[in-house]
Amino acid sequence: MKAVEVVGTWPAASVRLALALAAAALLLALLGLAAGSQGWSLAWADEWVLIEGIRAPRTVGALLCGALLGLAGALAQGLFRNPLADPYLLGTAAGAALGVVLVLAAGGLFGSLIGGVAADLLLRAGLVSAAFVGALAGVALTLALARGTARPMVLLLCGVVVGILLSALTELVLLTSPEALRGKQVFLLGSTSFLGWPGVAVLAVVLAAALPLGLRFARALDALVLGEASAVSLGIELPRVRLLLVVLMALATGAAVAQAGLVAFVGLVAPHVVRRLVVVTHGPLLALSALAGAVLLLAADVAARMLIAPQELPVGVLTAVLGGLYLMLLLRRRGLR
Amino acid sequence: MTALLSAQAIGVSLGGKRVVDGVSLSFAAGQWVAIVGPNGAGKSTLLSVLAGLRRPDSGAVQLQGRAIADWPARQRARQLAWLSQQGEAEGDIAARDVVRLGRLPRHGLLGAPDEADEAAVDAAMAETESSAFAARRLSELSGGERQRVLLARALAVQAAVLLLDEPTTHLDAPHQRALCRGLIARARAGVAVVCVLHDLTLALAADRVIVMHQGRIRADGAPDDAALRHSLVQVFDGAFSIEPVASGGAARWVAVPTL
Repeated sequence: MKAVEVVGTWPAASVRLALALAAAALLLALLGLAAGSQGWSLAWADEWVLIEGIRAPRTVGALLCGALLGLAGALAQGLFRNPLADPYLLGTAAGAALGVVLVLAAGGLFGSLIGGVAADLLLRAGLVSAAFVGALAGVALTLALARGTARPMVLLLCGVVVGILLSALTELVLLTSPEALRGKQVFLLGSTSFLGWPGVAVLAVVLAAALPLGLRFARALDALVLGEASAVSLGIELPRVRLLLVVLMALATGAAVAQAGLVAFVGLVAPHVVRRLVVVTHGPLLALSALAGAVLLLAADVAARMLIAPQELPVGVLTAVLGGLYLMLLLRRRGLR
Repeated sequence: MTALLSAQAIGVSLGGKRVVDGVSLSFAAGQWVAIVGPNGAGKSTLLSVLAGLRRPDSGAVQLQGRAIADWPARQRARQLAWLSQQGEAEGDIAARDVVRLGRLPRHGLLGAPDEADEAAVDAAMAETESSAFAARRLSELSGGERQRVLLARALAVQAAVLLLDEPTTHLDAPHQRALCRGLIARARAGVAVVCVLHDLTLALAADRVIVMHQGRIRADGAPDDAALRHSLVQVFDGAFSIEPVASGGAARWVAVPTL
């Protein structure tokens, strides 16, 4: 199926939303390229090195991370039939944090041996891989504890248990190597400032694999709206489809977390925004949530870079504040109704 | 008549309680069957076992002579449609997209609905009078509207066996009548229609009534069978009496609450 054919079956309102989000992403990308530590700058020819080496990968990376988180959030909310489900639920967050802290602690020892630039580079590559492996290991542990995905409630509880367990381990490691604390904090707050072209390439590959696969199986999420038994009664082989979608969600989340840390709320809020604006099935919802996530994260990133320039805020702090406010608004409206 | 769906010695235990206890049944094409019984009689559990959605602790179910567990999932889903009790469905997708799910067994997860599918969706929504809110979110519909959409979803499958758990829930009298007429028409066209019903007067209009109590079948027969009516009153602790009325030239039975 070609992308054009897929979009051709969408309702008109969701095509309009897709175009609007794409336009917003483009505009924000231009802002992202122009946003420097000395304020806005459009003298791109003069600053080509800065743009190519720092701003461009960061901008593209923020878009991709946001898209992956938006996609993972929509998958999580569909899979768990819960509008408050979050891509970090299944142990991804705690797993990634533990991975990062382990590498930081080991890197501290290792760095003192070899020192210098080589250690820095190794450390960065190590952090990204450790976060990715940690996130996936967290999900794998959750799946193993829950004995698969057959019982979503058990799966969620196991996610909580794994989260607590791995966080405790993380604290233990931090006790023995306190110098890793700062690195862990930066990671937990979420930041796009470490994104480079290799990271962007990884994110692009994961998105290029996860989004089409997610779209292909989106009808299973539609069927889940009726309840699990009804979905099975419609001939869906739920255990297999659910495992596939959980793995997709874990890959998307793990890749994003590895590159940008624990950016809060984007995965939770993006599908909400989309659902408020259009009435759609899960196919368009997944794609539009990815687009909305991309726009949200890049918007927050540009704002985080400019609000207190030449300093910058960790983007995760901004998304947490904005996302929190949005959810509060949502709850107030629901409560008033 | 050959049995489309049959079950032998079905037993199901939940939390140490025998919910369905040694139930054997068979359903032929062309019959409208009502399953009735007090709360906790095991009706819904039995229905989900018959639909192949719950594996019984003992006993076996056959769909068209073949063990239901041996059917490939999609083929089974084309032959047998099941409507759950309403509470479970929850989501923001449009009513029409909910009904479209009824065509999933035909085109599959990876396929796309074609014109015949859309026509089946149109027909099912017209039958349940739910076309007017086709574009609205499921979560924004009233109880009765939701039920009509979910019913249309089950009807859109166009299956040979229809298993409906309390299909008249939340429906007003005209829509109950429309539903029953539709079900009777299907039965006459050769579909096996099985409904769990709470409305006893409605159930007494079916071709066959199965009375369940404490996981067992207490009576199974036509409403005209006096013994069946007697055990029906009995399992409901005499909360109503069953009286004959003449309705449109035919004799009918109504359940009158004893207050």
